[in-house]
Amino acid sequence: MDTIFGIPAVALYGQLMLGLINGSFYALLSLGLAVIFGMMNVINFTHGAQFMMGAFVAWMLLNWIGLGYWWALILAPLIVGATGVLIERLMIQRLYKLDHLYGLLLTFGLALIIEGLFRNYFGSSGLPYRIPAELQGAMDLGFMFLPNYRAWVIVASIVVCFATWYVIERTKLGAYLRAATERPLLVQAFGVNVPRMITLTYGFGVALAAFAGVLAAPIYSVNPNMGSQLIIVVFAVVVIGGMGSIAGSVLTGFGLGIVEGLTRVFYPEGSATVIFVIMAIVLLVRPAGLFGRA
Amino acid sequence: MLAVRDLEGWYGESHVLHGVAFDVAEGEVVTLLGRNGAGKTSTIKAIMGVLPKRTGSIRYQGAETASLSPDRIARLGIAWCPEERGIFASLTVRENLTLPPVIAPGGVALDEIYALFPNLKERLGSQGTKLSGGEQQMLAIARIMRTGAKLLLLDEPTEGLAPVIIQQIGRTIRDLKARGLTVLLVEQNFRFARTVADRHYVMEHGRIVDMIGNDALDANMDKLHGYLGV
Repeated sequence: MDTIFGIPAVALYGQLMLGLINGSFYALLSLGLAVIFGMMNVINFTHGAQFMMGAFVAWMLLNWIGLGYWWALILAPLIVGATGVLIERLMIQRLYKLDHLYGLLLTFGLALIIEGLFRNYFGSSGLPYRIPAELQGAMDLGFMFLPNYRAWVIVASIVVCFATWYVIERTKLGAYLRAATERPLLVQAFGVNVPRMITLTYGFGVALAAFAGVLAAPIYSVNPNMGSQLIIVVFAVVVIGGMGSIAGSVLTGFGLGIVEGLTRVFYPEGSATVIFVIMAIVLLVRPAGLFGRA
Repeated sequence: MLAVRDLEGWYGESHVLHGVAFDVAEGEVVTLLGRNGAGKTSTIKAIMGVLPKRTGSIRYQGAETASLSPDRIARLGIAWCPEERGIFASLTVRENLTLPPVIAPGGVALDEIYALFPNLKERLGSQGTKLSGGEQQMLAIARIMRTGAKLLLLDEPTEGLAPVIIQQIGRTIRDLKARGLTVLLVEQNFRFARTVADRHYVMEHGRIVDMIGNDALDANMDKLHGYLGV
Protein backbone atom coordinates (compact mmCIF):
# COMPACT_ATOMS: atom_id res chain seq x y z
CA MET A 1 0.00 0.00 0.00
CA ASP A 2 3.02 2.26 0.05
CA THR A 3 3.10 2.79 -3.67
CA ILE A 4 0.43 3.13 -6.38
CA PHE A 5 1.60 2.59 -9.95
CA GLY A 6 5.11 2.90 -8.57
CA ILE A 7 4.36 6.28 -7.02
CA PRO A 8 4.57 6.74 -3.25
CA ALA A 9 0.97 6.86 -1.99
CA VAL A 10 1.68 9.85 0.23
CA ALA A 11 2.90 11.88 -2.75
CA LEU A 12 -0.16 10.88 -4.76
CA TYR A 13 -2.61 11.87 -2.02
CA GLY A 14 -0.69 15.06 -1.39
CA GLN A 15 -0.89 16.11 -5.02
CA LEU A 16 -4.54 15.10 -5.24
CA MET A 17 -5.21 17.35 -2.26
CA LEU A 18 -3.29 20.20 -3.86
CA GLY A 19 -5.27 19.62 -7.03
CA LEU A 20 -8.52 19.87 -5.08
CA ILE A 21 -7.35 23.11 -3.48
CA ASN A 22 -6.44 24.62 -6.84
CA GLY A 23 -9.70 23.25 -8.21
CA SER A 24 -11.60 25.05 -5.44
CA PHE A 25 -10.21 28.36 -6.67
CA TYR A 26 -10.69 27.48 -10.34
CA ALA A 27 -14.31 26.59 -9.61
CA LEU A 28 -15.13 29.75 -7.64
CA LEU A 29 -13.46 32.02 -10.18
CA SER A 30 -14.82 30.35 -13.31
CA LEU A 31 -18.28 30.29 -11.70
CA GLY A 32 -18.14 34.07 -11.28
CA LEU A 33 -16.97 34.47 -14.88
CA ALA A 34 -19.76 32.18 -16.09
CA VAL A 35 -22.44 34.07 -14.15
CA ILE A 36 -21.22 37.40 -15.52
CA PHE A 37 -20.82 36.16 -19.08
CA GLY A 38 -24.22 34.45 -19.08
CA MET A 39 -26.01 37.61 -18.02
CA MET A 40 -24.00 40.34 -19.72
CA ASN A 41 -22.03 38.71 -22.53
CA VAL A 42 -18.97 40.39 -21.05
CA ILE A 43 -15.75 38.43 -20.58
CA ASN A 44 -14.65 39.95 -17.30
CA PHE A 45 -10.89 40.28 -17.57
CA THR A 46 -10.86 42.27 -14.30
CA HIS A 47 -11.75 39.05 -12.48
CA GLY A 48 -8.16 38.25 -11.46
CA ALA A 49 -7.62 41.76 -10.13
CA GLN A 50 -10.87 41.50 -8.18
CA PHE A 51 -9.68 38.19 -6.69
CA MET A 52 -6.49 39.98 -5.64
CA MET A 53 -8.52 42.89 -4.22
CA GLY A 54 -10.44 40.40 -2.05
CA ALA A 55 -7.17 39.19 -0.52
CA PHE A 56 -5.91 42.75 -0.04
CA VAL A 57 -9.14 43.95 1.54
CA ALA A 58 -8.84 41.03 4.01
CA TRP A 59 -5.28 42.14 4.76
CA MET A 60 -6.33 45.79 5.17
CA LEU A 61 -9.26 44.89 7.43
CA LEU A 62 -6.87 42.96 9.68
CA ASN A 63 -3.95 45.37 9.71
CA TRP A 64 -5.77 48.69 9.54
CA ILE A 65 -8.96 48.08 11.54
CA GLY A 66 -8.19 44.85 13.35
CA LEU A 67 -11.04 42.82 11.83
CA GLY A 68 -10.01 39.20 11.45
CA TYR A 69 -10.50 36.46 8.89
CA TRP A 70 -14.16 35.65 9.50
CA TRP A 71 -15.17 39.28 9.22
CA ALA A 72 -13.10 39.54 6.05
CA LEU A 73 -14.86 36.53 4.57
CA ILE A 74 -18.14 38.49 4.74
CA LEU A 75 -16.98 42.10 4.34
CA ALA A 76 -14.37 41.77 1.58
CA PRO A 77 -16.84 40.28 -0.96
CA LEU A 78 -19.33 43.05 -0.10
CA ILE A 79 -16.73 45.81 -0.44
CA VAL A 80 -15.15 44.50 -3.65
CA GLY A 81 -18.62 43.63 -5.01
CA ALA A 82 -19.63 47.25 -4.42
CA THR A 83 -16.67 48.44 -6.49
CA GLY A 84 -17.90 46.04 -9.17
CA VAL A 85 -21.35 47.66 -9.06
CA LEU A 86 -19.69 51.07 -9.58
CA ILE A 87 -17.60 49.78 -12.49
CA GLU A 88 -20.69 48.29 -14.15
CA ARG A 89 -22.77 51.43 -13.62
CA LEU A 90 -20.12 53.92 -14.72
CA MET A 91 -18.35 52.03 -17.49
CA ILE A 92 -19.40 48.56 -18.63
CA GLN A 93 -23.04 49.60 -19.01
CA ARG A 94 -22.09 51.88 -21.88
CA LEU A 95 -20.66 49.00 -23.90
CA TYR A 96 -23.60 46.56 -24.11
CA LYS A 97 -24.64 47.75 -27.55
CA LEU A 98 -21.13 47.33 -28.93
CA ASP A 99 -19.13 44.24 -29.85
CA HIS A 100 -18.03 41.90 -27.00
CA LEU A 101 -14.45 42.91 -27.69
CA TYR A 102 -14.99 46.33 -26.17
CA GLY A 103 -16.08 44.87 -22.84
CA LEU A 104 -13.07 42.58 -22.90
CA LEU A 105 -10.68 45.46 -23.65
CA LEU A 106 -12.23 47.70 -20.98
CA THR A 107 -12.06 45.07 -18.26
CA PHE A 108 -8.52 44.08 -19.32
CA GLY A 109 -7.43 47.72 -19.07
CA LEU A 110 -9.09 48.05 -15.67
CA ALA A 111 -7.23 44.96 -14.45
CA LEU A 112 -3.89 46.50 -15.49
CA ILE A 113 -4.74 49.80 -13.77
CA ILE A 114 -5.91 48.16 -10.55
CA GLU A 115 -2.89 45.85 -10.36
CA GLY A 116 -0.59 48.79 -11.11
CA LEU A 117 -2.11 50.84 -8.30
CA PHE A 118 -1.72 48.03 -5.78
CA ARG A 119 1.85 47.35 -6.92
CA ASN A 120 2.66 51.02 -6.56
CA TYR A 121 1.29 51.19 -3.04
CA PHE A 122 2.14 47.78 -1.59
CA GLY A 123 5.12 46.66 -3.69
CA SER A 124 5.18 43.25 -5.30
CA SER A 125 7.01 41.19 -2.70
CA GLY A 126 3.84 40.00 -1.00
CA LEU A 127 2.34 40.46 2.46
CA PRO A 128 1.75 37.66 4.98
CA TYR A 129 -1.73 36.71 6.17
CA ARG A 130 -2.02 34.19 8.99
CA ILE A 131 -4.34 31.22 9.02
CA PRO A 132 -7.08 31.97 11.60
CA ALA A 133 -6.51 30.29 14.96
CA GLU A 134 -9.58 28.05 14.58
CA LEU A 135 -8.21 26.47 11.43
CA GLN A 136 -4.57 25.95 12.35
CA GLY A 137 -3.16 22.46 12.69
CA ALA A 138 -3.90 19.34 10.71
CA MET A 139 -5.98 16.18 10.84
CA ASP A 140 -4.45 12.72 10.64
CA LEU A 141 -6.56 10.86 8.11
CA GLY A 142 -4.58 7.65 8.58
CA PHE A 143 -3.07 7.71 5.10
CA MET A 144 -2.04 11.38 5.13
CA PHE A 145 -2.08 14.59 7.14
CA LEU A 146 -4.69 17.10 5.99
CA PRO A 147 -4.11 20.70 7.06
CA ASN A 148 -7.36 22.02 8.53
CA TYR A 149 -7.25 25.24 6.54
CA ARG A 150 -6.99 23.39 3.22
CA ALA A 151 -9.94 21.20 4.16
CA TRP A 152 -11.89 24.36 4.97
CA VAL A 153 -11.07 25.92 1.60
CA ILE A 154 -12.43 22.86 -0.22
CA VAL A 155 -15.59 22.72 1.88
CA ALA A 156 -16.23 26.48 1.63
CA SER A 157 -15.77 26.43 -2.14
CA ILE A 158 -18.10 23.46 -2.62
CA VAL A 159 -20.77 25.03 -0.38
CA VAL A 160 -20.64 28.42 -2.12
CA CYS A 161 -20.60 26.87 -5.60
CA PHE A 162 -23.55 24.63 -4.75
CA ALA A 163 -25.51 27.51 -3.20
CA THR A 164 -24.92 29.65 -6.29
CA TRP A 165 -25.98 26.81 -8.59
CA TYR A 166 -29.08 26.21 -6.46
CA VAL A 167 -30.15 29.86 -6.50
CA ILE A 168 -29.71 30.16 -10.26
CA GLU A 169 -31.22 26.83 -11.31
CA ARG A 170 -33.90 26.24 -8.67
CA THR A 171 -35.32 29.54 -7.38
CA LYS A 172 -37.59 32.32 -8.64
CA LEU A 173 -34.73 34.81 -8.62
CA GLY A 174 -32.70 32.34 -10.69
CA ALA A 175 -35.62 31.99 -13.12
CA TYR A 176 -35.47 35.76 -13.69
CA LEU A 177 -31.73 35.52 -14.30
CA ARG A 178 -32.04 32.60 -16.72
CA ALA A 179 -34.93 34.25 -18.55
CA ALA A 180 -33.10 37.59 -18.79
CA THR A 181 -30.08 35.75 -20.20
CA GLU A 182 -32.30 34.55 -23.06
CA ARG A 183 -34.53 37.59 -23.69
CA PRO A 184 -33.69 40.59 -21.50
CA LEU A 185 -36.15 42.92 -23.22
CA LEU A 186 -39.12 40.58 -22.72
CA VAL A 187 -38.30 40.05 -19.05
CA GLN A 188 -38.12 43.83 -18.65
CA ALA A 189 -41.48 44.13 -20.41
CA PHE A 190 -42.91 41.86 -17.68
CA GLY A 191 -42.08 44.57 -15.16
CA VAL A 192 -38.65 43.41 -13.96
CA ASN A 193 -35.94 46.06 -13.65
CA VAL A 194 -33.45 44.14 -15.80
CA PRO A 195 -30.69 46.81 -15.90
CA ARG A 196 -30.57 46.79 -12.09
CA MET A 197 -30.52 42.99 -12.10
CA ILE A 198 -27.55 43.02 -14.51
CA THR A 199 -25.66 45.46 -12.27
CA LEU A 200 -26.25 43.29 -9.21
CA THR A 201 -25.28 40.15 -11.13
CA TYR A 202 -21.95 41.72 -12.02
CA GLY A 203 -21.51 42.76 -8.39
CA PHE A 204 -22.25 39.18 -7.31
CA GLY A 205 -19.77 37.66 -9.77
CA VAL A 206 -17.13 40.09 -8.53
CA ALA A 207 -17.99 39.25 -4.91
CA LEU A 208 -17.38 35.56 -5.70
CA ALA A 209 -13.90 36.47 -6.96
CA ALA A 210 -13.23 38.47 -3.79
CA PHE A 211 -14.48 35.58 -1.64
CA ALA A 212 -11.98 33.32 -3.38
CA GLY A 213 -9.33 35.99 -2.75
CA VAL A 214 -9.99 35.94 1.00
CA LEU A 215 -9.83 32.12 1.00
CA ALA A 216 -6.52 32.35 -0.85
CA ALA A 217 -4.92 34.99 1.40
CA PRO A 218 -3.54 32.56 4.04
CA ILE A 219 -2.36 30.05 1.41
CA TYR A 220 -0.64 32.26 -1.15
CA SER A 221 1.08 35.43 -0.09
CA VAL A 222 -1.08 38.52 -0.61
CA ASN A 223 0.50 40.26 -3.59
CA PRO A 224 -0.67 42.36 -6.53
CA ASN A 225 0.15 39.68 -9.11
CA MET A 226 -1.65 36.79 -7.42
CA GLY A 227 -4.74 37.27 -9.62
CA SER A 228 -3.08 37.62 -13.01
CA GLN A 229 -1.12 34.40 -12.45
CA LEU A 230 -4.24 32.44 -11.58
CA ILE A 231 -6.70 34.00 -14.01
CA ILE A 232 -4.90 32.78 -17.14
CA VAL A 233 -5.51 29.19 -16.02
CA VAL A 234 -9.09 30.06 -15.01
CA PHE A 235 -9.83 31.37 -18.50
CA ALA A 236 -8.58 28.08 -19.90
CA VAL A 237 -10.90 26.30 -17.44
CA VAL A 238 -13.83 28.42 -18.63
CA VAL A 239 -13.05 27.69 -22.27
CA ILE A 240 -12.89 23.96 -21.53
CA GLY A 241 -16.12 23.98 -19.50
CA GLY A 242 -18.03 26.20 -21.90
CA MET A 243 -18.88 29.86 -21.36
CA GLY A 244 -22.08 30.52 -19.50
CA SER A 245 -22.75 27.06 -18.04
CA ILE A 246 -23.04 27.28 -14.24
CA ALA A 247 -22.73 23.62 -13.26
CA GLY A 248 -20.22 23.06 -16.07
CA SER A 249 -17.84 25.73 -14.82
CA VAL A 250 -17.88 24.31 -11.28
CA LEU A 251 -17.35 20.69 -12.34
CA THR A 252 -14.64 21.67 -14.82
CA GLY A 253 -12.89 23.76 -12.17
CA PHE A 254 -12.61 20.90 -9.69
CA GLY A 255 -11.93 18.31 -12.40
CA LEU A 256 -9.06 20.23 -13.94
CA GLY A 257 -7.55 20.95 -10.53
CA ILE A 258 -7.39 17.19 -9.97
CA VAL A 259 -6.03 16.52 -13.46
CA GLU A 260 -3.32 19.07 -12.82
CA GLY A 261 -2.46 17.45 -9.48
CA LEU A 262 -2.24 13.97 -11.03
CA THR A 263 -0.05 15.29 -13.82
CA ARG A 264 2.31 16.68 -11.22
CA VAL A 265 2.70 13.15 -9.85
CA PHE A 266 3.04 11.19 -13.06
CA TYR A 267 4.70 13.71 -15.37
CA PRO A 268 5.77 16.78 -13.36
CA GLU A 269 7.18 18.56 -16.42
CA GLY A 270 3.70 18.70 -17.94
CA SER A 271 1.80 20.03 -14.92
CA ALA A 272 2.06 23.67 -15.92
CA THR A 273 0.81 23.06 -19.44
CA VAL A 274 -1.66 20.16 -19.14
CA ILE A 275 -4.69 22.46 -18.79
CA PHE A 276 -3.74 24.35 -21.93
CA VAL A 277 -3.20 21.11 -23.84
CA ILE A 278 -6.70 19.99 -22.79
CA MET A 279 -8.03 23.40 -23.81
CA ALA A 280 -6.53 23.06 -27.28
CA ILE A 281 -8.01 19.57 -27.70
CA VAL A 282 -11.47 20.67 -26.47
CA LEU A 283 -11.41 23.66 -28.81
CA LEU A 284 -10.64 21.34 -31.72
CA VAL A 285 -13.23 18.69 -30.85
CA ARG A 286 -15.99 20.67 -29.09
CA PRO A 287 -15.52 24.40 -29.67
CA ALA A 288 -18.48 25.32 -27.42
CA GLY A 289 -16.79 23.59 -24.46
CA LEU A 290 -17.66 20.38 -22.60
CA PHE A 291 -20.87 21.79 -21.09
CA GLY A 292 -21.45 24.71 -23.46
CA ARG A 293 -24.51 25.27 -25.60
CA ALA A 294 -23.38 25.66 -29.19
CA MET B 1 -57.87 53.80 -21.63
CA LEU B 2 -55.15 54.01 -24.29
CA ALA B 3 -54.66 57.08 -26.48
CA VAL B 4 -51.89 57.08 -29.09
CA ARG B 5 -51.06 60.32 -30.93
CA ASP B 6 -48.38 61.33 -33.46
CA LEU B 7 -46.44 58.15 -32.75
CA GLU B 8 -43.19 57.90 -34.73
CA GLY B 9 -40.88 54.92 -34.45
CA TRP B 10 -37.50 53.76 -35.73
CA TYR B 11 -35.39 50.62 -35.95
CA GLY B 12 -31.96 52.15 -36.27
CA GLU B 13 -32.06 54.22 -39.47
CA SER B 14 -35.32 52.73 -40.64
CA HIS B 15 -38.35 54.94 -39.92
CA VAL B 16 -41.24 52.49 -39.42
CA LEU B 17 -44.08 54.47 -37.77
CA HIS B 18 -45.33 57.75 -39.23
CA GLY B 19 -47.74 59.56 -36.93
CA VAL B 20 -49.81 56.62 -35.71
CA ALA B 21 -52.96 57.71 -33.83
CA PHE B 22 -55.77 55.61 -32.33
CA ASP B 23 -57.72 55.00 -29.14
CA VAL B 24 -58.74 51.93 -27.18
CA ALA B 25 -61.52 52.20 -24.60
CA GLU B 26 -61.64 50.16 -21.41
CA GLY B 27 -63.12 46.69 -21.88
CA GLU B 28 -62.78 46.76 -25.68
CA VAL B 29 -61.11 44.23 -27.94
CA VAL B 30 -59.51 46.22 -30.75
CA THR B 31 -57.41 44.87 -33.62
CA LEU B 32 -54.67 46.31 -35.72
CA LEU B 33 -55.10 44.80 -39.19
CA GLY B 34 -52.73 45.21 -42.11
CA ARG B 35 -50.25 43.53 -44.37
CA ASN B 36 -46.78 42.36 -43.40
CA GLY B 37 -44.56 45.34 -42.69
CA ALA B 38 -47.44 47.78 -42.18
CA GLY B 39 -46.16 48.65 -38.70
CA LYS B 40 -48.56 46.63 -36.49
CA THR B 41 -45.90 44.87 -34.45
CA SER B 42 -43.83 48.06 -34.24
CA THR B 43 -46.85 49.89 -32.83
CA ILE B 44 -47.27 47.25 -30.11
CA LYS B 45 -43.55 47.37 -29.36
CA ALA B 46 -43.66 51.17 -29.15
CA ILE B 47 -46.51 50.99 -26.62
CA MET B 48 -44.55 48.45 -24.58
CA GLY B 49 -41.41 50.59 -24.74
CA VAL B 50 -39.24 47.98 -26.45
CA LEU B 51 -38.92 49.70 -29.85
CA PRO B 52 -35.38 51.12 -30.04
CA LYS B 53 -36.62 54.68 -30.64
CA ARG B 54 -40.04 56.31 -30.42
CA THR B 55 -41.51 59.82 -30.19
CA GLY B 56 -45.03 61.18 -29.84
CA SER B 57 -47.62 60.56 -27.19
CA ILE B 58 -48.87 57.29 -25.69
CA ARG B 59 -51.25 57.93 -22.81
CA TYR B 60 -52.42 55.00 -20.67
CA GLN B 61 -55.18 55.79 -18.17
CA GLY B 62 -54.21 59.44 -18.51
CA ALA B 63 -50.48 58.92 -17.82
CA GLU B 64 -47.87 59.65 -20.50
CA THR B 65 -45.74 56.53 -21.10
CA ALA B 66 -43.79 57.42 -24.25
CA SER B 67 -40.59 58.11 -22.30
CA LEU B 68 -40.84 55.29 -19.74
CA SER B 69 -38.75 52.10 -19.68
CA PRO B 70 -40.52 48.77 -20.40
CA ASP B 71 -40.56 47.68 -16.75
CA ARG B 72 -42.23 50.94 -15.67
CA ILE B 73 -44.82 50.58 -18.44
CA ALA B 74 -45.52 46.98 -17.38
CA ARG B 75 -46.01 48.11 -13.78
CA LEU B 76 -48.76 50.50 -14.94
CA GLY B 77 -50.78 47.48 -16.05
CA ILE B 78 -49.85 46.72 -19.66
CA ALA B 79 -48.73 43.21 -20.64
CA TRP B 80 -47.28 41.97 -23.91
CA CYS B 81 -47.47 38.63 -25.68
CA PRO B 82 -44.84 38.90 -28.45
CA GLU B 83 -45.22 37.52 -31.95
CA GLU B 84 -42.43 34.98 -31.46
CA ARG B 85 -44.17 33.96 -28.17
CA GLY B 86 -40.98 34.33 -26.14
CA ILE B 87 -41.11 31.02 -24.28
CA PHE B 88 -37.88 30.53 -22.34
CA ALA B 89 -35.93 27.36 -23.15
CA SER B 90 -34.02 27.37 -19.86
CA LEU B 91 -37.24 27.51 -17.82
CA THR B 92 -39.83 24.82 -17.15
CA VAL B 93 -43.45 25.37 -18.15
CA ARG B 94 -44.26 26.19 -14.52
CA GLU B 95 -41.39 28.69 -14.32
CA ASN B 96 -42.45 30.26 -17.62
CA LEU B 97 -46.03 30.53 -16.40
CA THR B 98 -45.16 32.13 -13.06
CA LEU B 99 -42.27 34.28 -14.31
CA PRO B 100 -44.04 37.62 -14.90
CA PRO B 101 -44.43 39.32 -11.52
CA VAL B 102 -47.98 40.05 -10.35
CA ILE B 103 -48.27 43.82 -10.74
CA ALA B 104 -51.84 44.35 -9.49
CA PRO B 105 -54.62 42.36 -7.84
CA GLY B 106 -57.34 40.91 -10.02
CA GLY B 107 -55.27 38.55 -12.18
CA VAL B 108 -56.63 35.18 -13.24
CA ALA B 109 -55.83 32.52 -10.61
CA LEU B 110 -53.59 29.59 -11.55
CA ASP B 111 -56.44 27.10 -11.01
CA GLU B 112 -58.60 28.97 -13.50
CA ILE B 113 -55.71 29.06 -15.96
CA TYR B 114 -55.30 25.29 -15.64
CA ALA B 115 -59.04 24.90 -16.23
CA LEU B 116 -58.76 27.00 -19.40
CA PHE B 117 -55.60 25.26 -20.62
CA PRO B 118 -55.59 21.67 -19.28
CA ASN B 119 -52.62 20.81 -21.53
CA LEU B 120 -50.38 23.17 -19.62
CA LYS B 121 -51.21 21.58 -16.29
CA GLU B 122 -50.06 18.19 -17.55
CA ARG B 123 -46.74 19.56 -18.77
CA LEU B 124 -45.71 21.83 -15.87
CA GLY B 125 -42.35 20.12 -15.40
CA SER B 126 -41.38 20.08 -19.09
CA GLN B 127 -38.92 22.45 -20.66
CA GLY B 128 -40.88 25.44 -22.01
CA THR B 129 -39.79 25.05 -25.60
CA LYS B 130 -40.65 21.32 -25.67
CA LEU B 131 -44.34 22.25 -25.94
CA SER B 132 -46.09 22.26 -29.31
CA GLY B 133 -46.55 25.60 -31.07
CA GLY B 134 -50.16 25.81 -29.92
CA GLU B 135 -49.29 24.98 -26.32
CA GLN B 136 -46.50 27.56 -26.36
CA GLN B 137 -49.01 30.17 -27.54
CA MET B 138 -51.40 29.18 -24.73
CA LEU B 139 -48.53 29.49 -22.27
CA ALA B 140 -47.55 32.91 -23.62
CA ILE B 141 -51.10 34.19 -23.17
CA ALA B 142 -51.69 32.39 -19.85
CA ARG B 143 -48.62 33.88 -18.19
CA ILE B 144 -49.78 37.46 -18.77
CA MET B 145 -53.34 36.69 -17.57
CA ARG B 146 -51.98 36.01 -14.06
CA THR B 147 -50.34 39.37 -13.51
CA GLY B 148 -53.34 41.62 -13.00
CA ALA B 149 -52.47 43.69 -16.09
CA LYS B 150 -55.55 45.46 -17.47
CA LEU B 151 -54.42 45.99 -21.08
CA LEU B 152 -53.10 42.99 -22.98
CA LEU B 153 -51.15 43.44 -26.22
CA LEU B 154 -51.40 40.22 -28.23
CA ASP B 155 -49.22 40.03 -31.34
CA GLU B 156 -50.58 37.54 -33.91
CA PRO B 157 -51.56 34.84 -31.44
CA THR B 158 -53.07 32.65 -34.18
CA GLU B 159 -50.12 32.68 -36.55
CA GLY B 160 -49.27 29.21 -37.85
CA LEU B 161 -51.72 27.37 -35.59
CA ALA B 162 -54.35 24.72 -36.35
CA PRO B 163 -58.02 25.79 -36.56
CA VAL B 164 -59.02 23.99 -33.36
CA ILE B 165 -56.33 25.86 -31.44
CA ILE B 166 -57.32 29.15 -33.05
CA GLN B 167 -60.85 28.52 -31.76
CA GLN B 168 -59.49 27.96 -28.26
CA ILE B 169 -57.56 31.24 -28.44
CA GLY B 170 -60.74 32.96 -29.63
CA ARG B 171 -62.63 31.59 -26.60
CA THR B 172 -59.82 32.80 -24.35
CA ILE B 173 -59.93 36.33 -25.75
CA ARG B 174 -63.72 36.48 -25.31
CA ASP B 175 -63.23 35.21 -21.75
CA LEU B 176 -60.70 37.98 -21.08
CA LYS B 177 -63.17 40.54 -22.40
CA ALA B 178 -65.89 39.09 -20.16
CA ARG B 179 -63.53 39.60 -17.21
CA GLY B 180 -63.36 43.29 -18.12
CA LEU B 181 -59.84 43.23 -19.56
CA THR B 182 -58.90 45.33 -22.57
CA VAL B 183 -57.15 43.67 -25.52
CA LEU B 184 -55.20 45.20 -28.39
CA LEU B 185 -54.77 42.44 -30.94
CA VAL B 186 -52.46 42.43 -33.97
CA GLU B 187 -53.84 40.17 -36.69
CA GLN B 188 -53.45 39.34 -40.34
CA ASN B 189 -56.28 36.85 -40.18
CA PHE B 190 -59.37 39.07 -40.17
CA ARG B 191 -61.71 36.08 -40.32
CA PHE B 192 -60.43 35.31 -36.83
CA ALA B 193 -60.32 38.95 -35.79
CA ARG B 194 -64.01 39.48 -36.55
CA THR B 195 -64.99 36.68 -34.14
CA VAL B 196 -63.45 38.46 -31.16
CA ALA B 197 -63.10 42.20 -31.81
CA ASP B 198 -65.29 45.29 -31.32
CA ARG B 199 -63.40 47.51 -33.72
CA HIS B 200 -60.62 47.22 -36.30
CA TYR B 201 -57.92 49.74 -37.15
CA VAL B 202 -56.26 49.23 -40.52
CA MET B 203 -52.56 50.06 -40.89
CA GLU B 204 -50.60 50.78 -44.06
CA HIS B 205 -47.01 52.02 -44.39
CA GLY B 206 -46.69 52.89 -40.71
CA ARG B 207 -49.98 54.81 -40.47
CA ILE B 208 -53.54 54.10 -39.34
CA VAL B 209 -55.57 54.53 -42.54
CA ASP B 210 -59.05 53.44 -41.48
CA MET B 211 -61.23 52.33 -38.61
CA ILE B 212 -64.07 49.87 -39.14
CA GLY B 213 -66.55 48.75 -36.48
CA ASN B 214 -67.01 45.00 -36.27
CA ASP B 215 -70.71 45.31 -37.19
CA ALA B 216 -69.78 47.36 -40.27
CA LEU B 217 -67.31 44.78 -41.51
CA ASP B 218 -69.63 43.17 -44.08
CA ALA B 219 -70.52 46.53 -45.62
CA ASN B 220 -66.82 47.40 -45.93
CA MET B 221 -65.60 44.07 -47.19
CA ASP B 222 -64.44 45.36 -50.59
CA LYS B 223 -62.45 48.14 -48.97
CA LEU B 224 -60.91 45.72 -46.49
CA HIS B 225 -59.93 43.29 -49.23
CA GLY B 226 -58.16 46.19 -50.90
CA TYR B 227 -56.24 47.05 -47.70
CA LEU B 228 -55.21 43.51 -46.91
CA GLY B 229 -54.70 42.37 -50.49
CA VAL B 230 -56.65 39.16 -49.97
